[in-house]
Amino acid sequence: MRKIITALAFASIAFSAGAETIEERAVTCFACHGEHGQSETENTPSLGGQQAPYALIQLFMFREKLRTFEPMNETAKSFTDDDLRAFSDFIATLPKPAPPADAGDPARMARGQALAHQYLCNNCHNPDFSGKENVPRIANQREDYLAKTLAEYKDNSRHGYDGTMADVMGSVTKEQIADLAYYIARFR
Amino acid sequence: MMSYSTAPRRLLLAGALFGAFTFAAAAQQPASPPAAGATPAAAPLPPGSPLIGRPDSEAAAKLAPVAPPPIPAAPDKLPLAKLKLPPGFNLEVYAAGMANARSLAEGDKGTVFVGSRLVDKVYGIVNKDGKRSVKVIASGLYRPNGVAFKNGTLYIAELSKVSKIDKIEDNLDSPPKPTMIYDNLPKDEAHGWKFIAIGPDNKLYVPVGQPGNNVLHDDAHGQIRRMNLDGTGAEVYALGVRNSVGFDWNPENKQMYFTDNGRDWLSESVPEDELNRVTKMGEDFGAPYCWQGNIIDQELGWGKNCKDYTAPVGLMGPHTAALGMRFYTGNMFPKSYKNAIFIARHGSWNKSKKEGGDVVVVKLNKDGTVKSMEPFMTGFLEDNKYVGRPVDVMVAKDGSLLVSDDWNGAVYRITYGKPKVAAQ
Repeated sequence: MRKIITALAFASIAFSAGAETIEERAVTCFACHGEHGQSETENTPSLGGQQAPYALIQLFMFREKLRTFEPMNETAKSFTDDDLRAFSDFIATLPKPAPPADAGDPARMARGQALAHQYLCNNCHNPDFSGKENVPRIANQREDYLAKTLAEYKDNSRHGYDGTMADVMGSVTKEQIADLAYYIARFR
Repeated sequence: MMSYSTAPRRLLLAGALFGAFTFAAAAQQPASPPAAGATPAAAPLPPGSPLIGRPDSEAAAKLAPVAPPPIPAAPDKLPLAKLKLPPGFNLEVYAAGMANARSLAEGDKGTVFVGSRLVDKVYGIVNKDGKRSVKVIASGLYRPNGVAFKNGTLYIAELSKVSKIDKIEDNLDSPPKPTMIYDNLPKDEAHGWKFIAIGPDNKLYVPVGQPGNNVLHDDAHGQIRRMNLDGTGAEVYALGVRNSVGFDWNPENKQMYFTDNGRDWLSESVPEDELNRVTKMGEDFGAPYCWQGNIIDQELGWGKNCKDYTAPVGLMGPHTAALGMRFYTGNMFPKSYKNAIFIARHGSWNKSKKEGGDVVVVKLNKDGTVKSMEPFMTGFLEDNKYVGRPVDVMVAKDGSLLVSDDWNGAVYRITYGKPKVAAQ
């Protein structure tokens, strides 16, 4: 939490300065989301290689408070449409997150893989989970963030842009969420 | 015409009306298990999953629901030049900058109210001293897709409640918060957003879609209800409705017509979306058992017969997402359009080659059946991608036709005859 507050303090400085390059402004994002696109902050997503249209939708939703997470709502509050586009385009150019060094427990990986096929995650997120357009990259996303997000879609406490994920998650159990997150975080 | 490499687990030949629908629609799971050696085979999808019926083919895996850009297009970036109308009709931008502009309703004093689905706002396009401006009428709403207007009152339908604002046009600068009148509605995201309209019986019509692509559901779903304008006296008016996002009443005989979206993943070519006519209260239109009047659903239709349901009066094309529709009751367009139905087809996602993405005009026979369906406004599809998506149509008091576009966050105006200065 302290990290977030620091970042916010930083944000108010960084965004008032104006006339900065996107790289300079993005230093604020890196404080929580990690440098070079890979997050080391719990429950905070890696941004690297994210699909620009998806990132734009999320930044828009934070600005409009359609998606609620106070630090991000505060950060995006004063963004112009062009800011939203600049940040989402920039995020897409960051290197995609790398899989963790440990390959994972084979039995859990197998369970996760079977579930990912059963629920056809590959249908929209692509077979390599790189996403497309408005559908996010999820490959090698942080496991805690994946699990949290799937749970929030399931109980609809995180409102999607549309209702697709709420619909899909209706039949996925809590235990299955844990295995899916484990597998997708370690996907190679 | 279709070659699917994977054999379906179950091949159900249910009333073989269409050769095309005998393929992998019943394959509830990938026919080939995941490659890794130790991987257990995927279990069948649980009942109610929106993914049931998706064939395990590469082409199908490329299809996903299409989401519009969140930021409305700038007026000079609208695809006006690409949109085509029959000779003699003119097109202009009526208003822009309304993110995710969806359903339309006109107030007594000429305000055009615009609902949205992916944002939290209802907009008002205000006409004052010959100038149009856009105001936010209400915000902080949840999927406020539906708008209707009667006797000074604006009705707004969110995902699971209906509310109203009285004397809205007297308070456009600082509208009061909407007052809830009805919330005995399910909260499902799937097909939960609502089109609403007020019928000639002075009742408010509110649809409740099926809570998923192809699911059995309880008796609170898959229907159109009607109620008094204060939210009392709700009753089920039509059954077997999968997801209707547009209806209107035939000015000749006051019969209700509604569009309904057919299920996904059955095939590229069927089922087609429906144009239905309600001749008496309580009619059942077949979903989720019977599609387009003559296809029994291969999973849910066992023991059912399409003869037991009311068939559509018109077929609107496969997966085309026929949404908003209005009878043309204006005087501006040529006589041949009198009482014809304009229907906005939002356009498909569940189809390799996209279809729809236009406004069509449906002309009826004297007996209310469909005589013809022709393209009216086209050009929203370019290289199999959307440059815009029409959602609703509305006949304005002056006889012009307004068309909303939720992809660009805009409303267009169509007039007939020599272009004049649009402002009134």
